[in-house]
Amino acid sequence: MAETQMVARHIPDRLEGRGARLVKSWETLLVAVALAIFLVNSFASPYFLDPWNLSDATFNFTEKAMIAFAMALVIISGEIDLSVASVIALTSTVMGYAVQLGFDTPALVLIGLATGLLCGAFNGLLVTGLGLPSIVVTIGTMSLFRGLSFVILGDQAFTGYPASFSWFGQGYVWWVFSFEFCLFLALAILYGVVLHKTNFGRAVYAIGNNQTAALFSGVRVGRVKFVLFLLTGLMAAVASICLTARLGSTRPSIALGWELEVVTMVVLGGVNILGGSGTIPGVVLAALIMGMVTFGFGLLNVPGIVMSIFIGLLLISVIALPILYRRFRGSR
Amino acid sequence: MKVLLKNREMLLVVAIALLVALIALRFPPFVTPRNLANVYNDTSILIILALGQMAVILTRCIDLSMAANLALSGMVAAMLNAAMPGLPIPLIILVAMALGAVLGAINGLLVWKLDIPPIVVTLGTLTIYRGLIFLLSGGAWINAHQMSDAFKALPRTAFLGFPLLSWLSLVIIALMVVVMRLTPPGRAFFAVGGNPHAAVYTGIDVGRTRFLAYCLSGTLAGLSGYLWVSRYAVAYVDIAAGFELDIIAACVIGGVSIAGGIGSVGGAVLGALFLGVIKNALPVVNISPFAQMAISGTVIIIAVAVNARAEKRKGRVILRKAEAAHG
Repeated sequence: MAETQMVARHIPDRLEGRGARLVKSWETLLVAVALAIFLVNSFASPYFLDPWNLSDATFNFTEKAMIAFAMALVIISGEIDLSVASVIALTSTVMGYAVQLGFDTPALVLIGLATGLLCGAFNGLLVTGLGLPSIVVTIGTMSLFRGLSFVILGDQAFTGYPASFSWFGQGYVWWVFSFEFCLFLALAILYGVVLHKTNFGRAVYAIGNNQTAALFSGVRVGRVKFVLFLLTGLMAAVASICLTARLGSTRPSIALGWELEVVTMVVLGGVNILGGSGTIPGVVLAALIMGMVTFGFGLLNVPGIVMSIFIGLLLISVIALPILYRRFRGSR
Repeated sequence: MKVLLKNREMLLVVAIALLVALIALRFPPFVTPRNLANVYNDTSILIILALGQMAVILTRCIDLSMAANLALSGMVAAMLNAAMPGLPIPLIILVAMALGAVLGAINGLLVWKLDIPPIVVTLGTLTIYRGLIFLLSGGAWINAHQMSDAFKALPRTAFLGFPLLSWLSLVIIALMVVVMRLTPPGRAFFAVGGNPHAAVYTGIDVGRTRFLAYCLSGTLAGLSGYLWVSRYAVAYVDIAAGFELDIIAACVIGGVSIAGGIGSVGGAVLGALFLGVIKNALPVVNISPFAQMAISGTVIIIAVAVNARAEKRKGRVILRKAEAAHG
C-alpha cells in the first residue's frame, strides 16, 4: 500500500538551527503532552503520585514498549509486523509446555527466546526470501502462531512456573524499580544507539526512504530486513517471558490485540507508518504517555474498553493534526 | 487445460472440489446437496463482507474496521428492535445499512481528505467502533427473548427451498458483478489500484473513489450487522471480534492483490467459500475446532505466495520498472 511519492522533496536553502528544530520537533510536543497528562492525573487522583503506584503503572507499558522498539525499526524500514502478539502467545505456550516437561528457569528463558527467533525468522524468510508483502504475511502468521497455541492448549491453561521464573515479571532490582522497568530502560538505550549511531541504523532509514537507492548504495536490503524481523520476534519473546512471569499462567488468548497497541505506540511516537523516519526517544515518550493514560483512567475507574476508544482517537488525531497544521500553514 | 489452470477462479474451484472430495472420503454425508446448501448459507455473511473488502483492497486501501462496524450496526439494530418491537424490519435493516455507510464514510473521509494511511485509520476506528458499542450498551447483552420474532426470522425464512440469507448473498454477488463490470465507480476501483497516477490523468478522482469504496464496504458491513445479530439471536460487545482477518483472508485466498488493482467478484466469493468449507468440515472430520485458526493462517500464507507468483507472471514488469525509475 506504500504509495510512490511523486512530489519532489522540498529542500530549504539553509537548515534551521539546532534550537529551532528542537522546539518544533515531535518529541517536544510529546514531552508537553506527557507533562500535561502527568499534571492532570496528579490533580485528578490523590493516589497517582505515590512512588509504588507509579511503579505499578510502569507494568502497563514496559512489555509493549519492548516490542515497540523493534517494531519502530521495522516500520521505519517500510515494513510491518502484525504477528507480535501471536508470537507472545506461542512463546508463552511453548515455555508452559517446557515447564510440564520439567525444565527450569534458565532453560525456559532460552527456549522462549529461541521460539521468538524462529517465529521472526519465519516472517523474515517469507518477506525477504519470497518477496511477499509483510502486512499480509504477518496477518497470516498472526493467525498461524496463535492458532498453534490454540492447538496445543485448547481451552486449557499452563501454570506451575518455577518461583525463580516469576522474578522476570514480579522482581525488583532496587527500591521501586522493577526488573521490567530497568530492562525497558536498558533496551531503550540499546535501540536508541543502534538506530541513531550505527551503520545498521542508517541502513534502516535508507531502506525506508528509498529501497532501490539503498540497494544501489550497497545496503543489503534483504539481510537488514531479515534481521529486523528476527528482532521483533526476539523482542516479542522477551515481552512474553516478562508477561508470562508476571501472570504466572499461559492461555492461548494471552496478549490478545497487543499488536494494535504496539503499532499505536510506535506511530504516536512519531514514526512514519509509510517508513523512512522516526526516533527511539519518541517511542519512549509515547510509551510513557500511553502508560500514564491507562493508569490514570484506571485510578478513575474508567473501563478498559473506554480507554481503547481514547487510544484509537489518539492514534488518528496524532497523525491528522500535523497534516491539518501543514495544510493550514500551506493555505496562508 | 493449461489455460484453465492458469485462471485463478478455476484453480480455486478445483481446490475447493478437492477439499470437499477429501472430506467426503472421511465423512460422506458432507457432500449431500442439503448439507452443501447449509455450508453456503453459513458462509453467506462472510461472502457479503469479502465483497466489500475486495472493493477497498482494489483501490490499494484496507478496511480493518469491518467487523467492528458490523458489531456496532448489529447492536444498534438489536437495540432498536428491543426498544421498539413494532418497528418494521425493513426499516431496521435500512438503519443498520445507513449507520454502516456512515461509519465507512468516516474511514473514507479520513483517507481521502487527510491522506492518513488506510491501515492507521481503520486500526483506529476499529477500536473506536468497538468501544462505542460498550458505551451504547453499557456492556449488556441483547438476548434472543428481547428480540421480536420477525427480527429473528427474516434470514431463516425459506424461499424456494433456501433461506433468505442465501438468496440475499446471491443477489449481492449479482449486484457486485454488475457494479464492478459495468459502472464507472466499479471500473474506477480497478484503475485507482492498478495505477493511481494513470487514473488521475484519466480524470478519475483517486481520493473520491477510495471514499466510495469505503462507503460500499461500510454499507455491506452494516447489512451484515443485522444479518449476524438476527441469525445468532444475540448482540454483545465482542460479536465477530477478529472476523476482520477472516474477511481479508477470504480476499487474499480469492486472488485479490493486497497491492491493489487485481481481483474479481468470483475470486472473493470462492475465497470465502474455501474458508467456509474448512470451518464447517473440521468438526465432522474430527479435527479440533481450535485448529481452525492455525489452518486459516497457513492457507493465507500459501495464498499470498501463490498470488505473488501469479502477479509476477503478468506482463506488467515494464510498467513497474518505469514507475520505479520515475518515482
